[in-house]
Amino acid sequence: MNETLAGWLQILALVGALALSFRPLGDYMAHVLTSPRHWRVEQLVYRIGGVRGDADQTWPAYLRSVLTFSAVSVLFLYAFQRLQNHLLLSVGMKPVAPSLAFNTAASFVTNTNWQAYSGESTMGHLVQMAGLAVQNFVSAAVGIAVVAALIRGFTRKKTDRVGNFWVDVTRIVLRVLLPIAFVMAIVLVAGGVIENFHGIQSITTIAGDHQSITGGPVASQEAIKELGTNGGGFYNANSAHPFENPNPFTNWLEIYLLLVIGFSMPRTFGTMVGDRRQGYAIVAVMALIWAASVAIVTANELHSVSSSAGHAAGGMMEGKEQRFGIWASALFAVSTTLTSCGAVDSFHDSYTPGGGGMTIFNMMLGEIAPGGTGSGLYGILILAVVAVFVAGLMVGRTPEYLGKKLGAREMKFASLYILTTPGIVLVGAGIAMALPGERAAMLNAGPHGFSEVLYAFTSAANNNGSAFAGLSANTVWYDTALGVAMLFGRFLPIVFVLALAGSLARQQAVPVTAGTLPTHRPQFVGLLAGVILIVVGLTYFPALALGPLAEGLH
Amino acid sequence: MAGSLTRLLRHHLAALRMLLVFTVITGIVYPLVVTGIAQAVFPHQANGSLLKDGGRPVASSLIGQNFNLPPSKGQTTGAPDSRWFQPRPSAAGPTGYDPTNSGASNLGPNNAGLVKAVKDRRAAVAAFDGVPPSSVPADAVTASGSGLDPDISPTYAYEQVNRVAKARGLDPAAVRKLVAEHVQGRNLGFLGQERVNVVVLNHDLAALK
Repeated sequence: MNETLAGWLQILALVGALALSFRPLGDYMAHVLTSPRHWRVEQLVYRIGGVRGDADQTWPAYLRSVLTFSAVSVLFLYAFQRLQNHLLLSVGMKPVAPSLAFNTAASFVTNTNWQAYSGESTMGHLVQMAGLAVQNFVSAAVGIAVVAALIRGFTRKKTDRVGNFWVDVTRIVLRVLLPIAFVMAIVLVAGGVIENFHGIQSITTIAGDHQSITGGPVASQEAIKELGTNGGGFYNANSAHPFENPNPFTNWLEIYLLLVIGFSMPRTFGTMVGDRRQGYAIVAVMALIWAASVAIVTANELHSVSSSAGHAAGGMMEGKEQRFGIWASALFAVSTTLTSCGAVDSFHDSYTPGGGGMTIFNMMLGEIAPGGTGSGLYGILILAVVAVFVAGLMVGRTPEYLGKKLGAREMKFASLYILTTPGIVLVGAGIAMALPGERAAMLNAGPHGFSEVLYAFTSAANNNGSAFAGLSANTVWYDTALGVAMLFGRFLPIVFVLALAGSLARQQAVPVTAGTLPTHRPQFVGLLAGVILIVVGLTYFPALALGPLAEGLH
Repeated sequence: MAGSLTRLLRHHLAALRMLLVFTVITGIVYPLVVTGIAQAVFPHQANGSLLKDGGRPVASSLIGQNFNLPPSKGQTTGAPDSRWFQPRPSAAGPTGYDPTNSGASNLGPNNAGLVKAVKDRRAAVAAFDGVPPSSVPADAVTASGSGLDPDISPTYAYEQVNRVAKARGLDPAAVRKLVAEHVQGRNLGFLGQERVNVVVLNHDLAALK
């Protein structure tokens, strides 16, 4: 079979698998988020945790639970890393430096999983599995919980209650993430991903050299790392590392896992609002953007567009693994930057200007196609609100979406949401470029070096976590600045989403009339995709012009 | 004031207790159960797909290795050993193929240093294998993402057959047959790329008489 046909089949098989999962997983998650019945084990969790599982919260109470849970998680994870040498299974690792420990704690709690450290030589086994991997579960669950509250804002009428955070998080972890991660971890082991507690093993190689191989509980972390769109690798090389991703099948499975919840969430949404067509419209926009991005990155990489190194080598294989090749690597790169995953099976810094630039643009879209677990859906719903508002302005009607009026208050929250991340990205990258020491952290010179810094802040503020890894980001300044960017980039939008949820839930539903904009037709799919591209394009065009565009046109 | 402070404290305490519950479930029970099953059902994979010689592990078949001559004085790495099939260039650590230092070069697509390195490698590999520079494939002149890539393209493997056979005094046809046996197709016929695992190939090459 030739390369092109195999590449296409690889993509089609992925699309097919995602399409097959859409209905069952989406409906199951809707059931989990709306069922009135608690499992006995869940009631036990609430009792041990000392939280109430029987009463819904107002949006400020829901938000307070999100924030206290996350604050406690940051402190816990920080202390865990600082004290790791006193704990079991530290495999000889020293305490993590304060700025790096802060950065990493912020990174995993915000579902970013930016890694300024090298896993195999920094983190002991216990920190990896009982610290970092726990956040892989709960930070993913927090994202789904927040979007559940937003959906309830649309479905509920005349109430100040948007759901119970503890119930949402507990159910998502126990009923959705844990069972899928468990099965997939075993499948990954069968495929060759390691799962042991060997620490560092020294061997004499075939040619008589020495090699130290770091073992660890990798498969259990790998499964949730993809499923929860976390992306924090056990090893520095992340999913390019053969122990995390040993063959093309595990690679394909990892791409599927990092997309499956995001692409199924619109079904959950459609089911919960009682009109599945609304979910189809959202998933259509996601799929369109994803497909276009796959085409652009793959084409740029296959043809070594504007890359002198690629032309000299006869192919864009720098930073890519032989077992995956260009097609599978490009597919992974697109999927990981359009979700909040940020795992990588190849290194984006060495991509063509067009391919690498597209991965930055993917994150700038706000990670909405399909986006991170939960966060992707609330991101695109905010943009849907903006699209409806824009359409309303055109015809001079008060805009309404899913039976709720979008007045001044709602639009303020939506606008603040949209402005937050670009603000963090552009201010952060601007300050970094103004400081000589921080400029010096770039590995590559010229526009490509600027892209490294732009990528770092885009990745942090959008909670992605992948990198143009040439940037020496483990400095006190970058650790702190990017840590703060991750925290603001995660929690400010959540504040606005929950505020919007509360505001919507209070309203009475308005009846659909002949003048209501239908939000399930192709017309709306086109409108929403257009609004997304215009809003994001205008915001970031100057920054992109200085980086990838300048490099590509050079 | 005091009331709101205790309330704040209570919220944080509840959050901490919930975090600890999740830590036990997802951070301890889950990985231990997965490890237990993995070790019982798939011990070979779970322990790193090790290749052994007389019970002693000499490699993980998933992790690439250097096949170099011992370094001469003042060098960090030795020259490639002509008796072995050579892997791809590696950016993992100063010597390459260091599993405690996995990673890529991260050099940009138009980085002058990378362009020069690629051209130098092409010339060196062509001279080493005795082939025209234009026939050297991309994987032979580029560093992988992990720096631990155990695989090379079949093209690069076949290119090395004559050189290896000559250095070992073996029949080139026998060595070519060995390479052919080690060509792995795409998974399920369409996933990923064709490849030859250099570590496994060299391990079996050592046994070839």
